Amino acid sequence: MLSTGSESPPLALLEMRSISKSFNGVRVLHDIDLSIFPGQIHALMGENGAGKSTLMKILSGAYIADSGTIRIDGCDIRNYGLNDAKRHGISVIYQELSLCANMSVVENIYLGREIRRCGVVNHKAMTEGAQVVLKRLGVTFDPHALVGTLSIADQQLVEIARAIHADTRILVMDEPTTPLSSKETESLFTLIRQLRDDGVAIIYISHRMAEIYALSDFVSVLRDGHYVGSLDRATLSAETLVRMMVGRDVSGFYAHERPSCSYEKPILRVRNLTDGSNIKDCSFDLYAGEILGIAGLVGSGRTELARLIAGVDAYSGGQIEIDGKVVVIRSPRDAGNAGIAYLTEDRKALGLFLDMSVHDNINVCVVGSDALFAGFVSRTAGTGRAEQAIQTLNIKASSDINVGALSGGNQQKVLLARLLEMKPRVLFLDEPTSGVDIGAKTEIYKIINALAASGVCVVMISSELPEIVGIADRVLVMCEGKLVTELGGHSGLDITPETIIAFATGSDRLTLANGDLVQ
Amino acid sequence: MTSPLQRKLVSDFTTPGVRNITGATAQDKMRQMMRVAGMLPVLLLLCVGFSLMSESFFSAQNFSIISQQASINVVLASGLTFVILTGGIDLSVGSILAVSAVVALLVSQVPGFAPLAIAAGLGVGLLLGLVNGALVAFGKLPAFIVTLGGLTAMRGIARLIGEDKTVFNPDLSFAYIGNDTLFGVPWLVVIAMVVVTLSWLILRRTVLGVQIYAVGGNPEAARLSGIKVWKVLLFVYALSGLLAGVGAIMTSARLMAANGLQMGQSYELDAIAAVILGGTRFTGGVGTIIGTLIGALIIATLSNGLILLGVSDIWQYIIKGVVIIGAVALDRFRQTGART
Repeated sequence: MLSTGSESPPLALLEMRSISKSFNGVRVLHDIDLSIFPGQIHALMGENGAGKSTLMKILSGAYIADSGTIRIDGCDIRNYGLNDAKRHGISVIYQELSLCANMSVVENIYLGREIRRCGVVNHKAMTEGAQVVLKRLGVTFDPHALVGTLSIADQQLVEIARAIHADTRILVMDEPTTPLSSKETESLFTLIRQLRDDGVAIIYISHRMAEIYALSDFVSVLRDGHYVGSLDRATLSAETLVRMMVGRDVSGFYAHERPSCSYEKPILRVRNLTDGSNIKDCSFDLYAGEILGIAGLVGSGRTELARLIAGVDAYSGGQIEIDGKVVVIRSPRDAGNAGIAYLTEDRKALGLFLDMSVHDNINVCVVGSDALFAGFVSRTAGTGRAEQAIQTLNIKASSDINVGALSGGNQQKVLLARLLEMKPRVLFLDEPTSGVDIGAKTEIYKIINALAASGVCVVMISSELPEIVGIADRVLVMCEGKLVTELGGHSGLDITPETIIAFATGSDRLTLANGDLVQ
Repeated sequence: MTSPLQRKLVSDFTTPGVRNITGATAQDKMRQMMRVAGMLPVLLLLCVGFSLMSESFFSAQNFSIISQQASINVVLASGLTFVILTGGIDLSVGSILAVSAVVALLVSQVPGFAPLAIAAGLGVGLLLGLVNGALVAFGKLPAFIVTLGGLTAMRGIARLIGEDKTVFNPDLSFAYIGNDTLFGVPWLVVIAMVVVTLSWLILRRTVLGVQIYAVGGNPEAARLSGIKVWKVLLFVYALSGLLAGVGAIMTSARLMAANGLQMGQSYELDAIAAVILGGTRFTGGVGTIIGTLIGALIIATLSNGLILLGVSDIWQYIIKGVVIIGAVALDRFRQTGART
């Protein structure tokens, strides 16, 4: 598998063989094989949802694999769990920070493995140990500072300091550079290379092509829960990687039968929208009856942009126009009045009322219009509306049961029904098909197409490239809070998964800067 | 009603026999019914038990006494049901009750102003509730802290304006509320039933009702749905204060007196117990006013029955506490049991 020449292959530190995992009957990992060698940086790539994080959670023992074996130093380990990972020196730095903001840097670094003397926590030894690690990372902050008072970048460094201690043999890093500036990234890379030279095996997950080039000895690609293949430094090329990551057939299941959009008069105009941190200077137009895709990596600012326009968060600069008139949007209510509706990406936490009925969930935004006198509502109007929505959107439930009892697809349709009752002119859909089975997906695509055909402007945010490519008339690609390019429409660029990935990962700039793509 | 879009969607999706109600639905309905019935079996069990143990328990007269004893708690607990449904808490109702009662009694003593006594009592309750609500909704302070402060501060205010003495009024204009009946039903019970009915109507039949459940169930989703969360919070605390004022009128009508130190002392705890016994979720979003009514009746029945049995005051406290915890534990067990 590894092309290391004719001499006997080095012993793998870790071997994962035919690892499979399902959640709620959906298989997310199919027979994954992965070998990790000491003193190597092994990059793991794949689209969002390809299974990288799940695989790493199995490695850390947070999840238990349904089948397959994990072998460390050539020995099979049965019932691999959290303690096995700890015992064999496997440290994982997750994408989401997992620090206690109310505790000091030292306490966080030694959380769960405090140095004790006679049963009492030895603060002195811990402080000294932490200082050694922090010095190695080249940090300047006080080890006694509360983690909550540090910047996100510094917190990330604390997270790293916690993961690298004397016993670490395998270090997993899941997009560690997301919150870091380029200078901090550079010192992190120095540290990673130093760790590698010390014989630590590093598994490095990233979407950024440049980082993969800078660091990795070896790249493995996952797609839809399958292992696609591996490249070593000699065979590494951006085109091959993108092809391996995307490599899917964009079939006709996105149902695309509607008149093409005229692009004459924009309904929504967004100019130089800024929130002072995540979103920088975004401008775009939206036309009646079109489906505009917004693509980009997780964290590129897609959701943040939609939330600004939908009044969920406040924008600090720029303006929004509807039909050529400037509207001021300060709350979701303002957005609703302006005809803008937003389907949140997290329907359970931010969208639905799980303990309330389908009826109430659908009517909650418009129930005020049913008021007869003194705020008393007529149930008949709401019931009619709920029944209508259940039929139109094919929601498989009666209107009086709690939304919490429904499947993901039906929940999503209930949330969609609520927004449609507001009769929006502009509809933002943030990951509308996440956690939804394939049947419901197809139905949601049909609904989206029908909405666009009836003149609604639909903005679709999705991490699933085939979905964006299949359904959108135009695509805007975001990268690090900016709209970097437009595909389709009058842009002259085709909407393909490859171009989207290239712009979203910033590898288009690599291509321009460096013809042969190799550093 | 049917726009072109809806017609298109219908033509796209409508397949014969679409309305299939799954098995999970029937189970869910069962669970919801159990939730509504909630503690009713416990109440019935208590009644049967006490009837067997005490001869004087099962009589029309005793039930009338129980319902009168429960009435003030029902009124306070109704207000608390609203507050707890939004995920909040109001610890200050007992103290607000004391302030309102003292004010009502003082006003009733002023010559010519006696007819305004009820309005004054209710007004003070409403006002203090609005203060709580404003601090929670606009000050973004935790309800527990705000109303804990209120519990102490308003008790002090009650003693201050009553000059730390009992205010008597043997000619109290609204004394009939505490002692007379309307068509044979004690006024106290009539008021409690009116409060329960209005509360039920608000929760089940108004825009506000839907919004109260929404705010309690998922505050962020409520905001995203364009609900004015502050308005809902202001309303529930104001209502809780107003109902504490109603409780003040009921209590002082019975006593024809008001005392800032003792009136309404720890009433908030009985009210919270009634709400929780009634199956309202402490974190908000789930609960019914009928459940609260049953919860308050359980507490009153328990006190009444234990007194009839001659159980000492000390043991009554212990038994009441154990029953509250036990009943809620049973409910929790039953619900998780039903899920598997």
